Amino acid sequence: MATDVFGGDFNINAEIDVASIEASARKARVQNIKRILIYSVRKLIALFITVAIGVYITVIIANMGGYLDKIRLASIRENVALAATADPAFREMTTTEREAFLDARVELEIKRYGLDRPFILRSFEYLRNALTLNLGFSQQLMSDSGSRQVRNIILERLPSTLVLFGTANLLLFFVAVFTGLRLSRRYGSFSDKMVIALAPTSAAPGWFYGLFLILIFASLLKVLPFGGMVSAPPPENPVEYALSLLQHMILPVTALLLSAAFLTTYNYRTFFLIYSSEDYVEMAKAKGLPSRMIERRYILRPTLPNIITDLALLLITLWTGAIILETVFNWPGIGQLYAQAIGAQDTPVIVANVVIYGYLLALTVFLLDFIYALVDPRVRIGEGGQKR
Amino acid sequence: MSTVLSGFRQLRQYPTAIVGLIIIGFLVIVAVVTPIAIPYREAVRLWRGGEDIWGTNPRNAAPAWRNWFTSVDQAASIILDSAEGDVEKVVEQVSADSKEIRLDFEFDFPYDTFPPELILFTNAKFENKEPFVELVWITPDGREIRAGEFSPGPSGSFRFDQDTRLQRRLERETGIQDVSVIEGLFDDPAQEGLQVLKGTYKLATTSLLFEADSDIDMTFVSYGEVHGIAGTDHQRRDLAIALLWGTPIALAFGLLAAVGTTVLTMSIAAFGVWFGGSVDAAIQRITEVNAIIPLLPILIMVGTLYSRSIGLMLGLVILLSIFGLSIKTYRAIFMQVKESPYVDAARAYGASDRRIIFRYLIPRILPLIIPAIVVLVPSYVFLEASLAVLGLGDPVLPTWGKVINDASTQGALFNGYYYWILLPSFLLILSGLAFAMVGFALDRVFNPRLREV
Repeated sequence: MATDVFGGDFNINAEIDVASIEASARKARVQNIKRILIYSVRKLIALFITVAIGVYITVIIANMGGYLDKIRLASIRENVALAATADPAFREMTTTEREAFLDARVELEIKRYGLDRPFILRSFEYLRNALTLNLGFSQQLMSDSGSRQVRNIILERLPSTLVLFGTANLLLFFVAVFTGLRLSRRYGSFSDKMVIALAPTSAAPGWFYGLFLILIFASLLKVLPFGGMVSAPPPENPVEYALSLLQHMILPVTALLLSAAFLTTYNYRTFFLIYSSEDYVEMAKAKGLPSRMIERRYILRPTLPNIITDLALLLITLWTGAIILETVFNWPGIGQLYAQAIGAQDTPVIVANVVIYGYLLALTVFLLDFIYALVDPRVRIGEGGQKR
Repeated sequence: MSTVLSGFRQLRQYPTAIVGLIIIGFLVIVAVVTPIAIPYREAVRLWRGGEDIWGTNPRNAAPAWRNWFTSVDQAASIILDSAEGDVEKVVEQVSADSKEIRLDFEFDFPYDTFPPELILFTNAKFENKEPFVELVWITPDGREIRAGEFSPGPSGSFRFDQDTRLQRRLERETGIQDVSVIEGLFDDPAQEGLQVLKGTYKLATTSLLFEADSDIDMTFVSYGEVHGIAGTDHQRRDLAIALLWGTPIALAFGLLAAVGTTVLTMSIAAFGVWFGGSVDAAIQRITEVNAIIPLLPILIMVGTLYSRSIGLMLGLVILLSIFGLSIKTYRAIFMQVKESPYVDAARAYGASDRRIIFRYLIPRILPLIIPAIVVLVPSYVFLEASLAVLGLGDPVLPTWGKVINDASTQGALFNGYYYWILLPSFLLILSGLAFAMVGFALDRVFNPRLREV
């Protein structure tokens, strides 16, 4: 991503000539917003095509053993059976008559949906279904509200995952940026050397540290819960609910931070050090500007694009790492749902989860690209970022 | 090549790298020796074996070295097998057909805790009439307790703690309500409460055999709370086998995946840069699509739907990672290298595309990819463990991740079997840290820009 923006040519285009210089600052701002919007829309379209291709590959892999056909057939059967039970005539039939009736209806539906067509044609239909999150019925798992629709099951679980990972990543970002800045200011100090020495510990994923945290704080010290999202039964009072949620979030968030914080801080610190040896920083120091201002305007600002690229890569690994972390902490998110689906061999849920993760990754990439457009002046002034 | 060698020589200046190299060396030795000492088939047979292989091992026993750290000396396993000649067999002919065999199992019990289980396995040889066995338990202070009578089949086992008559007898004897059989047998009556009486115990068995060529052999097992160097799991299996065999598997998976993905990614980047145009553009687009495809969920899907063999997983990991985002980094470097005069010179003398890519472009960035490979190893080692923790480990091979998976499904943390999770985790973090420490040092050696800051 970084090279896309850096690699493009950012000559000032013919549009920005004498006329636009003469135009008011307000007009320029409007134009800026317009550019960012156009940039985002183009980015969005490009990403959508990318997601479509990614999901299509998932569909192909998933159907290698005809699994998607089975899911589809099962959901047709379910629908037919549901429709039939509502029919009073159906209730008066004998068992054999019922079976014949259902089989005939299923046969008809198969023709209607074109399941007898070759796979290439059907694969595009699967793609459309997956992209519109029309994900069929689960075989075993059920949402808490009792629905068997995969979409409902996943939507019910999504908020808890977002709460956990949103908090952890925001914390990680701010902790890493501020510690990184501090360390770059006094590099070579003891704390700086500590962070360098501890950076290799990020080789272990979050769930791994989670096991130890549970061992220490839940099993030995008995001060924090083993897992789950709120205490059982869930508190009625919203304040108590939030407190209970916070209490349950301490360990998983700490595990995520432990697994990523040292390496991320080390990376950011290195970025900051590279930029703080630039001439303009020396110049600013010579001018006697306060160090806070130098940090914010002269060091942090040009480093942000690098930092955001780094964060994007980190987020992608964290998202998929969620599957095990949530299982270890019994956190009712989509990661744990995925693990349960594996245990129950529930194919529709497994396929749907891959699609959801694809979407989450695409969303991550898009949001970061958008922030990129906001922080990187080269994207704003020229149109460098759009040419690929 | 000489830059690479001198780079490795410079590693000596980094103490963390030396520690890492020592650990890696140790792991490599374990990885080489284990398959020789326990061949593949033997390891699979042992790991998939049931009670017939592991019957005499205790269930969920901690490693024996735990006793070094605690003031309480926990019971270790005591196994006495008459077929192996551990006890003396006294045969007394009673009549033409019947005889009496006496086996006295005498053992020293110096531990502070009661054994969790006590079983006498019998292996009798007879045609029609089953032998009759009488057991007498003799404590160090000379008390004799009638422990039971039974008629074993061809191969039977007498579980002391399941004998209700013995339990009631012991209740009367010790005067303690609901005392378990094992506590009753080992209790010291002179002390308040339940205390183990240390000393030499004797289980005297008298078997009456009613056929001329009948015979009987017995194995007495006092199960321990600690066992072996790594302890045992819920199926009585010795964890040492899984921990030892996990080493070559983890190292092979990590190294092959890291080398495979890095070398292929770099080659693809080199091809793209050299041929440029539509080839380069196609590679760029594939990289972007690949960034959206979630690796772990796809691996899990394939593992659940098709096969979970470790070879397939390795292949899939490499296939899905070769178009990783690192292509963009390599591409940026190759772009610069492509413009260097020596590549122009090669082109001028008429070198083929392949020659330029493999002899001029790729060697130039070898110093860069060596740290990248070493840093990548731990993440693949942990990926393999992650799959196993989700229950998608290789179906036959024992690995570190599978041990953690067993432990967490059996509630090891909740039940206090900490060793079960700590030992495989320790090995995982040890190998992960070793590679990461060496990789970070290599990165500093080969990227001088990093050395300054």
